[in-house]
Amino acid sequence: MPQDNAPDRLSGLVIDDRRDARFKVNRRAFVDDDVLRAERDLIFSKCWLYLGHTSEVPKAGSFVSRRVGGRPIIFTRDREGKLNALYNTCPHRGAVVCRERSGTRRSFTCGYHAWTFDERGRLMGMPGREALPPDATEDCKLDLVRVERMEEFRGFVFVCFDRHAMPLVDYLAGAAEYLAYVADQGAHGMEIDPGTQDYGVDANWKLLQENSADGYHGVPTHSTYFDYLRARDDTGSAGMGPPGRSRNLGNGHAVVESIGARPWGRPYARWVPGFGEESKAEIAELNRAIMERLGPERGNVVANGDRNLIVFPNLVVNDIMATTIRTFYPVRPGHMEVTAWSLSPVGESKGSRDRRLRNFVEFLGPAGFASPDDVEMLEMCQRGYANVAAAPWNDISRGMRSNAPATTDELQMRTFWRRWRQLVSGDPSLELTGP
Amino acid sequence: MSMSLTKSDAEDFLIHEAALLDAWRLDEWAELFTADGEYLIPATDDPDGEPGTSLFLVYDDRHRLGERAKRLLKPTAHAEVPRSRTRHMISNVSVGAAVDGAVPVACNFVVFRSRLEKSDVYPGHAQYRLVQGGDGLRIRSKKAILDVDVLRPQGKVSIII
Repeated sequence: MPQDNAPDRLSGLVIDDRRDARFKVNRRAFVDDDVLRAERDLIFSKCWLYLGHTSEVPKAGSFVSRRVGGRPIIFTRDREGKLNALYNTCPHRGAVVCRERSGTRRSFTCGYHAWTFDERGRLMGMPGREALPPDATEDCKLDLVRVERMEEFRGFVFVCFDRHAMPLVDYLAGAAEYLAYVADQGAHGMEIDPGTQDYGVDANWKLLQENSADGYHGVPTHSTYFDYLRARDDTGSAGMGPPGRSRNLGNGHAVVESIGARPWGRPYARWVPGFGEESKAEIAELNRAIMERLGPERGNVVANGDRNLIVFPNLVVNDIMATTIRTFYPVRPGHMEVTAWSLSPVGESKGSRDRRLRNFVEFLGPAGFASPDDVEMLEMCQRGYANVAAAPWNDISRGMRSNAPATTDELQMRTFWRRWRQLVSGDPSLELTGP
Repeated sequence: MSMSLTKSDAEDFLIHEAALLDAWRLDEWAELFTADGEYLIPATDDPDGEPGTSLFLVYDDRHRLGERAKRLLKPTAHAEVPRSRTRHMISNVSVGAAVDGAVPVACNFVVFRSRLEKSDVYPGHAQYRLVQGGDGLRIRSKKAILDVDVLRPQGKVSIII
């Protein structure tokens, strides 16, 4: 095993040994600057990345500004109702032209030399225009640069910095089905709630993607949360319930899902005592209405199912005790910036929205009863990786011999890593499917 | 019941609360709240948001804040194993006129926290509604508003602010 400690190629960082049912990831993948450089070039510059939700720009002039894949972008809805993704950098000297997180405006003025752009990115004017040649502004030469690609699926808006990328729906592959389940909760669509959870984690970004759909860690990492639920709701068992299943959705996307198995409540629509007796009838009615609208089969998945969806490379949509959209980006190998939102049905009652937002932060977020413990464990993994020279390999082989991989298996992680390996090695012949 | 409170009494109470938190006497901290008490922290980008409409960081009713205290004292609350060392600094205390038997009290705070070789600062201001209980002041509502744009580098709010 001459390559054990130092695989000479990025593809060697992943060992996918199907004969012996062993799947290993070298810990260099979490600590090396070279790996992060390759990820920036070959993953974040090539894949579709989540930009935002259409509800965040509800009307003409609405905008949000945020970094996507490390790049400052302005997401606007223009006077014609169309969505725009613009690089937030002045064509003159480069300053970001929008410093607000969100708002409504028809123009963006760079603070440096007062060049002004409309919500479509078109240059409206600058002081002292006569000092530039008359043709300087022809052909949009001095407009804000538009992001190469932007496409929407069921309210989820993505960008891609590679103009030759495949269409979003093809990229999403089987993940589209699961985004549709999430979007189907609301009869009138879905919306992002105000209030963002913006935090940092001292761990490699891929650790959060692994963690976000890892049923195996649920009980040991989150025993305090399950103890709390059991004491409150008298749920009997202290754990997660039946294991459900894990699915490869293609292109590195995966889901773990179950139906009616988890001990927490779902605002739309699975009642638990913690929601209060007074909410029982409303939640039963919400459940009935979803069954009626979507039919019993699909309705059952939407209303009674729980799903943790990972969309390659850095989007998580966890539709569990509430629905969270979470994205993250590596500032350096050992640190990521995380942003998370709550997604709710449009037209939800005041009582249900209140239950949802309470339920969200009971588990999720920097002060929840569970997420901080996840973050802690990811940071402890990152610390442990300083021993990479002596202890180089992660093992994620669980369920490799199973015909029915469960949420407590690791198929979802292998699915991610197989795609990761294919992209960083530039070898499209590497297989994305497998046990 | 009409109620008034001197600034000095309010300060003493807030300093007492801070001392309980820094000593990790979290069960006693939870006991400071009334039966209908609540503990809130808004999102950093939405400090004026309403719980129930906006996503918060903490949206605890009395039951949950008691459970928060209980949870943090367990050896399996991984984010606080080992426990953070914290120091809650309270200043700029002001006392308003009672509304519905509760006195609004505002203060500024800075919480220092150190754990596993990392130190973080949580600056902010808090809005309390205090009521007179049988054996001293009680908190009907505590809203701690963090004066940070994002939770970086702090990352977690696994301590009580």
